[in-house]
Amino acid sequence: MSDRAVSPLAGAESSGFAKVSEAGLRGMITLRGDLADAGFAGAVKAVTGCDVPGRREVVEQGGKGVAWMSPDELLVMVPHAEAEAAVAQLSQALAGSHFLAVNVSDARAVFTIEGAGAREVLAKLAPVDLSPEAFGAGQIRRTRLAQVPAAFWLSGEEVFTLVAFRSVAQYVFDLLTVSAKAGSEVGFLAR
Amino acid sequence: MSTRLATQGRLINRDKRLEFTFNGKRLQGYEGDTLAAALLANDQMLVGRSFKYHRPRGILASGSEEPNALVNLGEGARLEPNQRATTTELFHGLTATSQNHFPSLEFDIGEINNSLARFLPAGFYYKTFIHPRFAWKHVFEPFIRQSAGLGKAPKEADADRYEHFYAFVDVLVIGGGVAGLQAARAAGEAGARVLLIEQEPHWGGRAPVDGAVIEGKPAEDWVKDTLQALEAMENVTLRNRMMGAGVYDHGYALGYERVADHIPGSDLPRHRLWRIRAKQIVTATGAIERPLSFAGNDIPGVMLATAVRDYVVNYGVSPGDRTVVVTNNDDAYRTALCLKRAGLDVPMIVDVRPLVTSPLATEALQAGIRVETGKGIAKVKGRKRVTGVALCLQAGEGSVIEEVKCDAVAMSGGFSPVVHLWSHCGGKLIWDEANAHFRPDPARAPTGAQGEAFVVTAGMASGAMTTGEVLADADAAGKAAARAAGFTPRRFAAPKAAEEPSEPMAPVWMMPQGASYDLRMKMWLDFQNDVKVSDVQLAAREGYESVEHTKRYTTLGMATDQGKLSNINGLAVLADALGEDIPQVGTTTFRPPYTPISMGAIAGEARGEIFQPLRRTPIHGWHEAHGAHWEPVGHWRRPYAYPKAGETVEEAVHREVLNTRRRVGLLDASTLGKIVVKGPDAGRFLDMLYTNMMSTLKVGRCRYGLMCNENGFLSDDGVVARIDEDTWLCHTTSGGADRIHQWMEEWLQTEWWDWKVYVANLTEQYAQIAVVGPDARHVLERLGGMDVSKETLPFMGWQEGKLGGFDARVFRISFSGELSYEIAVPASQGLAFWEALMEVGEAYGMQPYGTEALHIMRAEKGFIMIGDETDGTVIPQDLGLHWAISKKKEDYLGKRAQARSFMDNPDRWQLVGLETLDGSVLPDGCYAIGEGTNANGQAEMFGRVTSTYYSPTLGRGIAMGLVHNGPQRMGEVIRFGTPDKSFVEARIVDPVFYDKEGEKQNV
Amino acid sequence: MLILTCPYCGVTGEETEFAAGGEAHLKRFGPGSSDAEFESYLFARKNEKGVTFERWRHANGCGKWFHAARCTVTLEVFGTYKAQVTEPPKEILAAIRKRRPGWEPAA
Repeated sequence: MSDRAVSPLAGAESSGFAKVSEAGLRGMITLRGDLADAGFAGAVKAVTGCDVPGRREVVEQGGKGVAWMSPDELLVMVPHAEAEAAVAQLSQALAGSHFLAVNVSDARAVFTIEGAGAREVLAKLAPVDLSPEAFGAGQIRRTRLAQVPAAFWLSGEEVFTLVAFRSVAQYVFDLLTVSAKAGSEVGFLAR
Repeated sequence: MSTRLATQGRLINRDKRLEFTFNGKRLQGYEGDTLAAALLANDQMLVGRSFKYHRPRGILASGSEEPNALVNLGEGARLEPNQRATTTELFHGLTATSQNHFPSLEFDIGEINNSLARFLPAGFYYKTFIHPRFAWKHVFEPFIRQSAGLGKAPKEADADRYEHFYAFVDVLVIGGGVAGLQAARAAGEAGARVLLIEQEPHWGGRAPVDGAVIEGKPAEDWVKDTLQALEAMENVTLRNRMMGAGVYDHGYALGYERVADHIPGSDLPRHRLWRIRAKQIVTATGAIERPLSFAGNDIPGVMLATAVRDYVVNYGVSPGDRTVVVTNNDDAYRTALCLKRAGLDVPMIVDVRPLVTSPLATEALQAGIRVETGKGIAKVKGRKRVTGVALCLQAGEGSVIEEVKCDAVAMSGGFSPVVHLWSHCGGKLIWDEANAHFRPDPARAPTGAQGEAFVVTAGMASGAMTTGEVLADADAAGKAAARAAGFTPRRFAAPKAAEEPSEPMAPVWMMPQGASYDLRMKMWLDFQNDVKVSDVQLAAREGYESVEHTKRYTTLGMATDQGKLSNINGLAVLADALGEDIPQVGTTTFRPPYTPISMGAIAGEARGEIFQPLRRTPIHGWHEAHGAHWEPVGHWRRPYAYPKAGETVEEAVHREVLNTRRRVGLLDASTLGKIVVKGPDAGRFLDMLYTNMMSTLKVGRCRYGLMCNENGFLSDDGVVARIDEDTWLCHTTSGGADRIHQWMEEWLQTEWWDWKVYVANLTEQYAQIAVVGPDARHVLERLGGMDVSKETLPFMGWQEGKLGGFDARVFRISFSGELSYEIAVPASQGLAFWEALMEVGEAYGMQPYGTEALHIMRAEKGFIMIGDETDGTVIPQDLGLHWAISKKKEDYLGKRAQARSFMDNPDRWQLVGLETLDGSVLPDGCYAIGEGTNANGQAEMFGRVTSTYYSPTLGRGIAMGLVHNGPQRMGEVIRFGTPDKSFVEARIVDPVFYDKEGEKQNV
Repeated sequence: MLILTCPYCGVTGEETEFAAGGEAHLKRFGPGSSDAEFESYLFARKNEKGVTFERWRHANGCGKWFHAARCTVTLEVFGTYKAQVTEPPKEILAAIRKRRPGWEPAA
């Protein structure tokens, strides 16, 4: 019934010195287990085509991806319609071992922040060093975005993907929009 | 009179006139002026009234240390009180009004306090308003409230927006004078990431005003060259209009950037609060000139000597035609010479030092200025402005030698390094005998996360007093900071400055030395809070020995300027009165922010719609569109009821209850916590978490469970479903979802880390909808899909499948006592599922119901609610929930606590139902009142109401409450006190008011 | 505002990313324990001035609990370590002694 499925903000967009978009539904699976286990890695590879990323790393390819969330947790990303099947595939592959695979696609809201000022939009809200020297491609950062938890990474040179909880999607969108308001460039990260 | 000069004014642009108003009067200034400079240029000497005595006050300083010139700035939604005119940039259309007077600045009734000053010394309020006791509430407090406060509080919502910015640097340099510039340059050349911030809109600080010569060229040129060099460095960022507000633990600093104060209405964020993390911080914050304590030192026209110089050189404004300079050091001679060069008259330099032969003194004499050494000012003449000074011997008691006519007085009592930022995070000070000031002790710097020193001072902030010393110190500071941050400084030499020979200053804390009481009570220490030399001396006589106590007793240094001008003078007077040395008395604590920062900047983006996160269920928009009356539940908004046109909220609630009991209702229960617990040890884990046994629950079944904390008190409840052999789904309260998830993780990570259990919080993955009422099954059957019959899906069972084509997990659980299904579907399909239900439910008269109907129905059934029946002191046994506490288990969280004697005692307040004799609704939270009084003379109380509602089902008030030995007192009539001090009688009854046998839910 | 390093995800973050969780290395006493033991577990805290061992959670991050050895006077952090231990590890004790020669843990 995926045609009945709607993303939290129906793809809302805003533009200022960076473009903010709600990125629609994305399949996401919380996968917990022994990240060092070969069988575990194999199951992840089979579902996503990606290797298990290192600490605080993220890999994305062909609409799928894997992000390191904690020493015993990955976020597995697939197209939204494939999430249930991916959970089943993982569960089957890992049967017999101690693991947890649950579909969390609909518990999340996904945003993209695009443009030369994207780093400064986030730096107004998150206590993170967002200079290019400190934060580059392939890294994921779980942190605080104003008053809610969030995670973000670079999906392109000037494109951030940001994941937050679905219930606060509007709050996160409004935060990003006001922070990206034209004229309020800080000029510290991009000079 | 003060006026604009034809020459000078290095910071103003005479080609650009700006109009502004002060107290409604239209005035003109130039681009580059501060409001203070523009007011002086318009001969507006009188700018405000003092706090306590309503004394006329004028501009005293030229920077952030200004205590007097505070104004209400702006109007309406941009009105802000207590803004310093000296740090307010003039802009076209600026409006300012003066503060603390009635009816006008010129004529102020409150000035009567001034005549009564003799009777209003330090501690007056403390001593006077104690007796009689009743007068406090009715006379004194209203009077004090009326008189309190300087400026007007704005009444409208702030029109501007604000934001934060997180910045990470190797070296933060605070202060953009020559010291800050050089320190930033030295650190930048070493390759460190440097942020240099300056509170003023321009760079270079005092050096260009003071005529310093650096590397053989005027300071102004050196500043320009250095700025150019810094701007060319990729790794250096320069920000002006940005104050270093505070230095905190582990290299944290706040920068307060005034982005748009000078361009209001520009749609930019007005202020930006920079939350900076620096490996090293250089404070190049300069020094502040101290006033001298002589009688009448607060009369408009008496100013700091450096400020007088600033106004002439920076703004082309003369504070007066005839200025008497009074000093204890050489620097004030620069002011005299500067005035003379501007073509103004300096009738006399009054110097307390007996003999002065320095080059500056010689230059003054050569310029034809009369220098009187060993003298002081006995008193200043004039009321709303200076008309002259009376000269006396500094060593004497104030006998007047001569009177000198003048319209301004420039005073200098020496310089105190600005040590605030150094001290905020624990940097210690030492007393410098030669300059009579406290300066940072480099051996006792603030320490960071690794125990390393992370603040270094530069220039005058270190106590360096000449330009050469300042630059050498700043260069070393910049290099030291870069080195400490992991960089290798370049071997460039510090810039050289021309020699500035001077004679030592002479500390003077009172003028003249033996001043009489009449003079001392006119010597202002704290100008804003009206604290005089006599007040501090009185405090000392009354036994206040600690400087911190004296501060609070006299209010010295407690005004919005935080004693920038008054602290050292005040504690020197205190030390003298106590017969102690100044370092022994010590300073009060320096606390951030350096000058007040706006509340808006602190809040940042958090205002209006994004003041705090609002959590929305997937069906939120539908509720909104259908007139939901909201109830906040944690950060969630849940519909309280859905009033129809012409219906009150209460009527809607009653309709929703009756419709659900008689037909069928629909509830958005998506906020309910849903936590999955999986693993070989999951059953064992849940047995520890819940008071009852969860490991024995059969797959496909549900069980209601209770959770306690280790203190034994109830913390959460909910229905647990067993999904498969090693997976359970735990429902929690709406407010408890995150807390219980964290609680589980805490035990798994920190106590039972060898147990194989994984948990995940799936609360937001599902929209959960309760279909409740006699027709609930019919609605689901019409939707089509899985078999929801009693046989296939009995009470307290669950199953998974398709409903109306939706992937659904259906739980047959009931919080209302009716036939009830709670259905979870993926959140993305929640709205579609709700709408599908509404469509098929129409035939059965289905209506949505809100949280209040939910509460009433659960109360009718005697079901407890976490947060109503529990308050963090209630154990399950108090609520008659013994059946949910396993006797078989050796252990569960809270079990040991519940075995404590006072918990194990049957003699506790316990849950009962309550029915008023007259059918009325008991007030929420009211107490059962017994006979007599307790040891405190209060009425004896033996119970309280925890939930109380009008039951539309029963047509009367029903309540639950905790009553002493309640279950043993069935049928007894007790009385409850109400807020209007009357009593209501109620009978103790069984808490289950409706369908006691539970037939309705089990059909 | 402190900065701490989470030993699980390696993030060095400011205090607002973390949540403090009170004294570390408490021994849980359950049913069968004496009143004194239970009191020591639930209520009695060392509340030391100086070197202290605390529990922290990377609340706005990887969600893991960890321990920090830190000084309540100077606020310096001697080190952070994983929560799955019942006492501070040797390297943490060594790091403390390096900066506080002669320091001994309180009984």
